[in-house]
Amino acid sequence: MKILVCISNVPDTTTRVRFVDNNKKLDTNGIQWVINPWDELSLTRALELKDDPANGIQTVAVAHVGLVSAEPTIRKALAIGADEAFRVNAEPGDAYFVAAQLAEVVKANPFDIIFCGIESSDYNNSAVGGMLAEFLGIPSVSSVSSINIMEGKPVLTREVDGGRETVAVPVPFVAIVQKGIAKEPRIASMRGIMTARTKPIKVLEPVSIEPLTSVQEFELPPARKKCTFVDPENPKQLIELLQNEAKVL
Amino acid sequence: MAVLVYTENWDGSFKKLSFELVSYGANLANMLGKPLVVLSIGNVASAELEKLGNYGARRILSLADPALQVFDSQAYTEAIAQVATREKAEVVVLSNNNLGKAVAPRLSVKLKAGLGAGISKLPLSTSPFVVYKRAFSGNAFAHVEIKTPVRILTLAQNSFGLVENPGTPSIETISVSIDSALVKTSVSEVQKQTGKLLLTDAEIVVSGGRGMKSPDNWGPLVELADLLGGATACSRPVSDEGWRPHEEHTGQTGKIIAPNLYIAVGISGATQHLAGVSSSKVIVAINTDKDAPIFEAAQYGIVGDAMKVLPKLVEAVKEIKHK
Repeated sequence: MKILVCISNVPDTTTRVRFVDNNKKLDTNGIQWVINPWDELSLTRALELKDDPANGIQTVAVAHVGLVSAEPTIRKALAIGADEAFRVNAEPGDAYFVAAQLAEVVKANPFDIIFCGIESSDYNNSAVGGMLAEFLGIPSVSSVSSINIMEGKPVLTREVDGGRETVAVPVPFVAIVQKGIAKEPRIASMRGIMTARTKPIKVLEPVSIEPLTSVQEFELPPARKKCTFVDPENPKQLIELLQNEAKVL
Repeated sequence: MAVLVYTENWDGSFKKLSFELVSYGANLANMLGKPLVVLSIGNVASAELEKLGNYGARRILSLADPALQVFDSQAYTEAIAQVATREKAEVVVLSNNNLGKAVAPRLSVKLKAGLGAGISKLPLSTSPFVVYKRAFSGNAFAHVEIKTPVRILTLAQNSFGLVENPGTPSIETISVSIDSALVKTSVSEVQKQTGKLLLTDAEIVVSGGRGMKSPDNWGPLVELADLLGGATACSRPVSDEGWRPHEEHTGQTGKIIAPNLYIAVGISGATQHLAGVSSSKVIVAINTDKDAPIFEAAQYGIVGDAMKVLPKLVEAVKEIKHK
């Protein structure tokens, strides 16, 4: 079996974002770019599955839609342990555009399990995985919190409102993964960093697709009111404030 | 032309989330000057469907199909797409919950309809059609223009609230044509979380962090949540340590919640934690460190040791409840 992990390149999650160009663009000054956290966990789980020969995983590849500036993030994925990478050389327009490009990658290079993180920490759309599956006309399982290979077949746990379900779908399919899929993201070893330099990144040119949406502008959340401190010896005052001032009790 | 709202049911019952979706749909339909059509999938009794009428539903389509008994994202997409096309829906609204996140993107491709995901308000304008949504995990908001004549929206839970608009809806039983071969998902086991208020549904959440010091100290925190009729949650280190179950983890990689009241106990308030709770209407923080970032997000704060403050808070709530 072959696994593809789709990765997004996002600002480090501790970044205090700022915008430029009349709030139309992210100010990229000083931003540390990282693999989207859910994608990083997906990659970790894919590599864990490959580590056990009984699972019969031959390849773990990564795919990214973005410009050459994202290559350090792709190299990081290779250093963590991915075997090869695809980069579609285009500015990621919107989720629809990205999914359409990824679909072309998969059509030309078939995979059995395609991992997508449940959302990216920048646009929070939770969209690419489901869109990719629909473009390919294959099943998708969303909110996946565990995946194992049992007797050659993938078995997944998905979260539903108020519980979880153990499900199976035939390959190929898209697994849209969330927390729980792997405990800690795998860290690149020194040997991994060395070998990543020689692993291939295949650069593909995009197909012509019009995005369906565009960001007009960003805004920062409204400033929060200053915190009102309550005497720790008198928490009754807090309850009164919550009842009479905030009116939430 | 219409606004189509799909609302899920849980064993034949609706939840606040369903009523919120219908409230949103009714207001959006009003804004666009188009009728609202509400779609329900599965076996739901008429009396339950009629409850949607309290929030502005006047026309409800009820669909029960054997191919839709198990949740399969392809089959649900096919069913909702058929209804949307038949009703000439120009906007399709789903929840931004597990099911909505699974279906909405597929629907977007199937109908070639732009997706506005996790929106929290009515559109900022309808021509062009611009929605307001969370971005950068709550550190910003984006105004997103959807350029297609049909649009798919997913509504963030607890963002719009309930708007009563009582009336008696008409209920039509409808059918769609779905090839059962389309259903590829098989479910072998279902684990239900029963008898417990779901974190994402709760209006009050009491949450603990590392400042709780040990898994044995949660008694007063759970008691406080129970007294307030709320749910319990925790920070990531707490769920990673196994002090509390994973489904309680709120934060960027855990659950994203927006309760009316969020009480953070012994949580310092890292960016990743705030990403999951910053949409809460009111945040209360209890922490020993007066410089902890959680106090920047909080409206009310107590600088003190959770172990000492919590029992006093429990007593204070009990006292007020007795009155």
